[in-house]
Amino acid sequence: MALPGWKQLVRGGLVLEPGNSVENKTGTWRYQRPIIDWGICTHCMLCWIYCPDSCFMVENSKLTGIDYDHCKGCGICAHECPVKAITLIDELEARKEEEK
Amino acid sequence: MAEVMERKGEVKALEGDMAVAEAMRQINPDVVAAYPVTPQTEIVMTFSGFVADGLVDTEFIPVESEHAAMSSCIGACSAGARAMSATCGPGLELMWENFWIASGLHCPIVMAVVNRALAAPLNILTDQTDMMASRDTGWLQIFAENHQEVYDNFIQAVRIAEHPDVMLPIMSGHAGFVLGHTLGRLEVLPDEVVKEFVGEYRPAHSLLDVDHPKTFGCYDDHHYYFEHRYREHVSMKNALRVIPEIGQEFGKISGRYYGLVEPYRLDDAELAIVIIGSGAGACREAVDEMREKGMKAGMLKVRCFRPFPADEIVKALKDKKAMATMDRAEIFGAEEGAGPLYTETCSAFFNRGILANIIDYVYGLGGRDTVPSEFCDIFHELSKIARIDEIKPPRIRFLSLRE
Repeated sequence: MALPGWKQLVRGGLVLEPGNSVENKTGTWRYQRPIIDWGICTHCMLCWIYCPDSCFMVENSKLTGIDYDHCKGCGICAHECPVKAITLIDELEARKEEEK
Repeated sequence: MAEVMERKGEVKALEGDMAVAEAMRQINPDVVAAYPVTPQTEIVMTFSGFVADGLVDTEFIPVESEHAAMSSCIGACSAGARAMSATCGPGLELMWENFWIASGLHCPIVMAVVNRALAAPLNILTDQTDMMASRDTGWLQIFAENHQEVYDNFIQAVRIAEHPDVMLPIMSGHAGFVLGHTLGRLEVLPDEVVKEFVGEYRPAHSLLDVDHPKTFGCYDDHHYYFEHRYREHVSMKNALRVIPEIGQEFGKISGRYYGLVEPYRLDDAELAIVIIGSGAGACREAVDEMREKGMKAGMLKVRCFRPFPADEIVKALKDKKAMATMDRAEIFGAEEGAGPLYTETCSAFFNRGILANIIDYVYGLGGRDTVPSEFCDIFHELSKIARIDEIKPPRIRFLSLRE
């Protein structure tokens, strides 16, 4: 994708559209991926509270998954999970598996 | 000859610092954040008196340091306010990191700088090291020769900085003590004329525009930072056009017209001195004295250093046989200790393919007076160079320095 030139950019780097950080796919920074073992998870929501990037998706008071577009793989969720339902796996290995 | 031109202002005797405070009162900015530092204190002192007396609507922020003063101005400016400050010497250096933020965010902050030497050794007197050391920070820089210009420059600075094609902060410099603390004659325009000239500040984007929330100063990575900083260069280039335009417009209300540079008896001159700021007064006398003796001497006063008016300087000087740039600041470690006016003037000539006889004088550091006879000596030196069309080293000289 071609990035905009200086003529197209807002002077001073101001951000004029509020809430646009969702467009910044910080998930590309990740080198380890958290995965949830649904057989163990109790839906206590501690991961949802601790996640610094609000990546835990919830529906009807139940955890439904992780937003990998924005998860940076910091591992706080795995560290905090009281029942050890979250493990971190190697991101590159995981991608290779997906491509198979 | 009797004055034929109608006087447009009231003649007053004011100290240079008070002339800034008076201009500030007439402009009536939204926010002034400043910290007192010799020899700028009089500006803060006088203006805070205006605030206490209810003569202005300004929110005056008595900050705990110059760093906080500049931070406050950036915040106020981002909120949509017309923000101003004043400082000098070490106070200016304490603002340093915020200079880059002010220019990077395109905050048109107007700041008076009462030029002061930097310690150590401790010195509170005037030279231009403070402003010259910050010449690369993205701020516009103009300098005054006398009390009238101190007042006139400060008013024009508002319009220059806030021009939509520029939108950059500006330093309006004048010499500490020599102009700042001495009484001078100047014409002060009527309040309503100044008010109309500066108009209202209407920023395109402001944080207080709550219907359109936005972010100022967020992280800018390698994909965008370069393009955003380049925009400052474009604004600087635009300022080369805008500064004389505002100078002409100011002429219409005051009778005093301003450009980027100001020649004095330069047209038919063969020898020229190039100088910035208050030293031009003594240099002017020397030009007159040498002219009386039959020497074709002239002067080019550089009013605006940022952006550097390379075209105007070369155009004014290209046919001179010998010239001297006067630097009241030093770049330590530059070739032979040359000053910034010299290096940039030489580069302007070189880039236009012109070989010229240019020497540099570093002078007047730490408030040392430079008198007309010293400028006459320089003209004699230039005359020798012109005669043989060759500069015998050194090219960089230190005026009246004791061995």
